[in-house]
Amino acid sequence: MAATNVAKGVADAYTPPVTERKLSLAFIAVGFAHLLIGVLLGFFQGLEHAGIDLYAYLPLIRHYYQGLSIHGVFNVLVFTTCFIGGFLFFVVGRGLKRPLESASLGWLTFWLSAVGVILVDYTLFTNQASVLFTSYAPLQAHPLYYIGLALVVVGTWLMLVISLRTTFAWRRENPGQRIPLIAFGANVTLIMWTMASIGVAIEFVGFLIPWSLGWLPGTDPLLMRTLFWLTGHPIVYFWLLPAYISWYFMVPKQVGGKLFSEPLARLAFLLFIPLSLPVGFHHQYLDPGVSEGYKAIHAFLTFAVFMPSAMTAFTVLASLEIGGRARGGKGLLGWVTKLPWGDASVSAQLLAMVLFSLGGVSGLINASYNMNLVVHNTMFVPGHFHLTVGSAVALTFMGVSYWLVPYLTGKRLFSKRMAAWQPWLWFFGMLIMSRGMSWMGMLGAPRRTALGSASYFLAEWTPPAWMTAIGGVLLTTSGLLFFINLFGTLWASPKAAAQEQQVPLAEPYEENGTLPNWLDRFTPWVTTTAIIVLITYGPTIYRLITDLDLSWTGLRPY
Amino acid sequence: MHIDRYERMWITISGGLLIVFAIALGFSSVVLGVRLPGLSDQLLPTAAAGPHDINEGWVRQLAPGRYEVNMRARVWNFNPGEIRVPAGSTVTFYIHSEDIIHGFKIKDTTVSLMIIPGQTAKATYTFTEPGEYLFVCHEYCGAGHHFMSGRVIVEEL
Repeated sequence: MAATNVAKGVADAYTPPVTERKLSLAFIAVGFAHLLIGVLLGFFQGLEHAGIDLYAYLPLIRHYYQGLSIHGVFNVLVFTTCFIGGFLFFVVGRGLKRPLESASLGWLTFWLSAVGVILVDYTLFTNQASVLFTSYAPLQAHPLYYIGLALVVVGTWLMLVISLRTTFAWRRENPGQRIPLIAFGANVTLIMWTMASIGVAIEFVGFLIPWSLGWLPGTDPLLMRTLFWLTGHPIVYFWLLPAYISWYFMVPKQVGGKLFSEPLARLAFLLFIPLSLPVGFHHQYLDPGVSEGYKAIHAFLTFAVFMPSAMTAFTVLASLEIGGRARGGKGLLGWVTKLPWGDASVSAQLLAMVLFSLGGVSGLINASYNMNLVVHNTMFVPGHFHLTVGSAVALTFMGVSYWLVPYLTGKRLFSKRMAAWQPWLWFFGMLIMSRGMSWMGMLGAPRRTALGSASYFLAEWTPPAWMTAIGGVLLTTSGLLFFINLFGTLWASPKAAAQEQQVPLAEPYEENGTLPNWLDRFTPWVTTTAIIVLITYGPTIYRLITDLDLSWTGLRPY
Repeated sequence: MHIDRYERMWITISGGLLIVFAIALGFSSVVLGVRLPGLSDQLLPTAAAGPHDINEGWVRQLAPGRYEVNMRARVWNFNPGEIRVPAGSTVTFYIHSEDIIHGFKIKDTTVSLMIIPGQTAKATYTFTEPGEYLFVCHEYCGAGHHFMSGRVIVEEL
C-alpha cells in the first residue's frame, strides 16, 4: 500500500523545464521589484495624511501625486500583471504536465512586457505621467507612458495565446479528459481578461496614444472614462482569480484537506467570465451623461458577480474544514485552530481570506447605487481596495511565493522566522490602515488628495489619519520582511535537497461529483459574455461615439 | 451535479440577502428620491438667457427659498467659491468643467458629482440646518488638487 502511494507520487510529479521555471521567475522578480517601490511609496502617503510630508527627502519624487501615480501603477498594474504572468505560465505547464506552446513565445512575452514596463517606469520617475492609475483624459501623460502600458496589455494577450495553445495540444494528447483544475482556472482568468481588456485597448490605441502624440486634436472625456471602466472593473477579477486558483486548488492540499466541491469550483470560475464585464458603470454612478437605467442594470449585475465569490467562501472554508478535522480538530470551530498556521504560506493566505471578507462587504457598499453618493471618491474607497487587491491578492501572492520561489529556484527559503511574522504584521497593519481610511472617508475626506497639505483639512480627520499612517508603517515593515526574505532566497540561500519543495495540488472530495460536461466548455460562456456586454454597454457607447467631441485638448498640471 | 445541502442553503441565503439589498436601494431611489445624475446633455439652468450666461459663475434666487447656482470648475478653483443662502433653501447646482475632470462633494450632504468636460453636472439639495458646508474637488486634477474647495454658508433666518 505504502509502496503504491510512493509510486503514484512519483508518477504525479512533473517539473516544468528549466527555461519555463526561469521564465516564471523572471516575471515574478520584475513584479516584486515594482511592488517593493510601490510599498515604500505607500509609507510616505500614510505619513503625509498625518501631516508629515517627507517627499522633499526622496530622490526623483517631486510630490505626493507623482508618488501616488507610481504607487498605483506599480502595485496594481506592473506587480499584479507580472506576478500573474509568471504564476499562470507555471500553473498551465504544471497543471497540464507538458511543455508550454511555446517557451520561446513566453520569453517574447516577457521581453515585450519588460520594454513596456521600462517605458512606464521612465515616464513615471521623470514626472511625465503623474495621471494616476486611471489616466483620465484630458489630464495628459507622455506618449511613452500610454505606449508602455499598451505593450503590457499586448503581453497579457500573448499569455492567453500560449495558455490556449498548450491546452489544445494537451487535449489532442489526452482526448476525453477534463482540463486539470489549475490549468482550467488559468484559462478562465486569461479568457475573461482578454475580453475585458478590449476597452482600454481601444482607449489607448485609438485615442490616448494618437492624442498625446498630437495626431488627434483632443479627446472625449466621458467616452474615455467609459472605455476605461469597461476594463477597469473586470481587471480586479484578473488580479483575484489567480488568488482563487491558489485558494481553491492549492491551499486545501497545504492544510491536508480536499477541494470540497469540484463542480461548484469550476462553475464559480466560469461565472466570472460573463459577470465580470458588464459592471463598470458602478464606477460612474456620479457621471452625468450615463443614464440612470443602465447604471441600475450595472448595479444589479455587480450584485450578481458577488455570487461566485459567495460560493468561493463556502467551498474554500469547507475544504479547509476537511483539513482541520483530518488533523484532529473537533467541535464547531476546533478545526480552525488545528490548521497549520505555523506555515507562512498557509497563514498568509488564510489571513488574506479574512481581510477579503471585509473587502467584499465594503465593496457591496461602494456598488450600492445611490449609497455610492456618500462614499464616492472618498477615502472609503482605498479603505475598501486595500482589503481586496492589497490583501486578498497581494498577501496571497506573497503566501504563494513562500513555496513557489523555493520551488522554482531549488533553494531553501531564506528565513522561516521572518516568514512567520510577516503575514500577521500585514494583517494587523491592514486592519488598522483600512479602518482609518474608511472612517476618514465616512467623514468626507476625498481620496487621492494630499490631505496633509489640503487647505481645508478638518480636525475630525486627525484620528483616522493617524490610524492610516500607523497601519501604513506596519504594512511597510511587513513588506520589508517579505522582500528581505525574497531577495535572501534568490541570492543568499543554499540549494535545497532535491524534491524538498512539492507543488501543493488538492484532490477533489469525490462525494460531490464533477461538473456536467455541457457546462465545462469555454465557448458558450464567451458568447454569452459578448451578448451581455453588447446589451449593457452597446447603447451608451454608440451614443457617445455618435456625439464624439474631440475638442478637449489636454493639460499636464503636475 | 450534486450540491451539498449546506452549500445550497448558503447560496440561497446569500442570493436572498442581495435581493433584499437591491429592493432597499430601489426603494430609497424611487420612493425617497435619492437620485443619481443621469443623462444631462440638455440640462441647463432654467432660464439661462438674458444676463445669466452659463459661461460665468453665479447664484440667483428663483423664488423665496429656491436658488440656482451656475458653477464653473477649473484648475484649481470653483467659481463661485462661496455661496450664501438662508436656512431651508433648496439649491440646484449646475456645474461645468473648463479643462479636465473634477469632482464636487458637499460634506455631510448627498451632493456628490463628477464634473466631466462636455457634460453638465446637476444636483439639488435642501439645506435645513444653518452652518458652513465645506465642498471639495474629489477627483485628482493635478498638483494643486488639494486646494480646490469652497463653502456653502447657510444663514439663520
